Amino acid sequence: MDNESQYSGYSYKSSHSRSSRKHRWVTRIQFCNFIYLFLVLFFALTDLNIIFPFAVQDDNWGETTTVVTGTSEHSISNEDLTRVTKDLEESTPLECKRFVGPALGGCLSFFALVTPLAFLILPQVLWRDTLEPCNTPCEGLYVSLAFKLLVLLISSWALFLRPPRATLPRFFVFRCLLMVLVFLFVASYWLFYGVRVLEQKEKDYRGIVEYAASLVDALLFIQYLALVLLEVRHLQPAFCLKVVRSTDGASKFYNVGHLSIQRAAVWVLDRYYSDFPVYNPALLNLPKSILSKKMTGFKVYSLDENTTNNSTGQSRAMIAAAARRRDNSHNEYYYEEAEMDRRIRKRKARLVVAVEEAFTHIKRLHEDEAASSPKHPREVMDPREAAQAIFAPMARAMQKYLRTTRQQAFHSMESILTHLQFCITHNMTPKAFLERYLTPGPTMQYQQQNGRGRQWTLVSEEPVTSALRQGLVFSLRRLDFSLVVTVTPLPFLRLGEEFIDPKSHKFVMRLQSETSV
Amino acid sequence: MSFVPGQPVTAVVQRIEIQKLRQEENLILGFSIGGGIDQDPGQNPFSEDKSDKGIYVTRISSGGPAELAGLRIGDKIMQVNGWDMTMVTHDDARKKLTKKKEDVVRLLVTRKSLEEAIQMMSR
Repeated sequence: MDNESQYSGYSYKSSHSRSSRKHRWVTRIQFCNFIYLFLVLFFALTDLNIIFPFAVQDDNWGETTTVVTGTSEHSISNEDLTRVTKDLEESTPLECKRFVGPALGGCLSFFALVTPLAFLILPQVLWRDTLEPCNTPCEGLYVSLAFKLLVLLISSWALFLRPPRATLPRFFVFRCLLMVLVFLFVASYWLFYGVRVLEQKEKDYRGIVEYAASLVDALLFIQYLALVLLEVRHLQPAFCLKVVRSTDGASKFYNVGHLSIQRAAVWVLDRYYSDFPVYNPALLNLPKSILSKKMTGFKVYSLDENTTNNSTGQSRAMIAAAARRRDNSHNEYYYEEAEMDRRIRKRKARLVVAVEEAFTHIKRLHEDEAASSPKHPREVMDPREAAQAIFAPMARAMQKYLRTTRQQAFHSMESILTHLQFCITHNMTPKAFLERYLTPGPTMQYQQQNGRGRQWTLVSEEPVTSALRQGLVFSLRRLDFSLVVTVTPLPFLRLGEEFIDPKSHKFVMRLQSETSV
Repeated sequence: MSFVPGQPVTAVVQRIEIQKLRQEENLILGFSIGGGIDQDPGQNPFSEDKSDKGIYVTRISSGGPAELAGLRIGDKIMQVNGWDMTMVTHDDARKKLTKKKEDVVRLLVTRKSLEEAIQMMSR
């Protein structure tokens, strides 16, 4: 913890909006607050890492890393490994770290907001008798103070009181700057207040009220600064990010403004979850029948240490000879693709027909029909039962289609039933029901809502708090795939002007005449 | 056959002398022309350079005076009786060819085969 300070949170204040976890959050926060508040603040102010993030290097890293290899006797298969890590990921407890930042910010802003009131109240409480009365000017100042505090409160609520959406690996520089600024500011005001007013028991109450008003003015300006730095500066687009997924090449281009690398990473991940089609590991590999042909080429093994120079020459000759052999795997790939397309289309046709037929078996019962026919009592069902009733005829076609398109891992029977129930409730047509299965949707569609969060690793050659610039490349890694992001600046546009008189649009016919002489 | 503005035009030309034939009231030459500086040069099927706005022979009536004199279809007319034909309007060209007072027109025409023949001879 001593050479990589953890700082987290995205918002200025803590969130009170999640009532369901409020109780647990509050007790945890009180516990965490007590320990972390002054420690982190102290470290934040004195730690070198704010100023020079790489000032302290750890040279012993190699000795403490652990590697999972496949050659030990107690090895587990790859699938087990991914399953174990996924379980771990989903069962990590709600971390304290996530709420340290917002809690700290909340305390600081509460302190800052209460300070002017304290400035006003303390003289009244402590030495009320000796205070000079001031009537009209002070009342004016009271009113303006009250309104400014109200404005501060409302705008803080609107802008900063949001639940944190991401935990950043390093300090969020601007936010730290602002918090330090606020803290120093308020502390210096208290210092002056303590020395000049409390000790000397200042009698000029109007001066004290003006002092408090100036503090509130300054806080408003700091909030303006916060607004500009945190919210507005990055709005004007300046760079174009190309995001490519490493496993299947899905790519997108985004325009962003001036951000640091870690903030840009969070921005990209926000867009990733709703723009990119979901990652399907089953779709990645070429069928074995095609690849196996390639594998029966020449293989050169050289176990002798001395002949390293000759072996490269030899292996190159072997590889060239292998390449010159007639290689038909591209042919097979083409036919295999065509066959796969045909199969998918056939299954899709069967599925669509089955679903259309199934939807014709039920219809919505209107209220006036309910009481009409006592002679033919129809069984009245709620959406769940209706969904179960019509699911049976389409289940087989659905399962075959999902298996052909390798999506069966994403849709369980339960989820299909739930979706069917949802569609029936909202009067959707069979096509609308099938929209979810015919095209792979964005990753958001398949996420389960839990508060655990997704673990991503930001891999970068530059320090992650540095600003974006041309030619920067960083990648966001997850367990089995990664997103590679390349930064290019947007071109500078020279816009010229040309005025066209509306009367200047004139036309003539093209002549081609032939005359005989 | 294209020209560079400001530079003199050079071409290998053939002199052709056509006797006009009297047919009822008119004196005819027996060919048709196309082109001119007021016409669309892109439509000319005979020119090599599609920005050439010269006068071209587009049709020759068989057995007429022009064919007898050796005029061929696709020829570009450079001069008619000394009048320049490389920078004239279509109507001006027609007028120069159909002057009632002249019985004979002396044309300078150029065609690609002339250029090629000269080049082969010079080699």
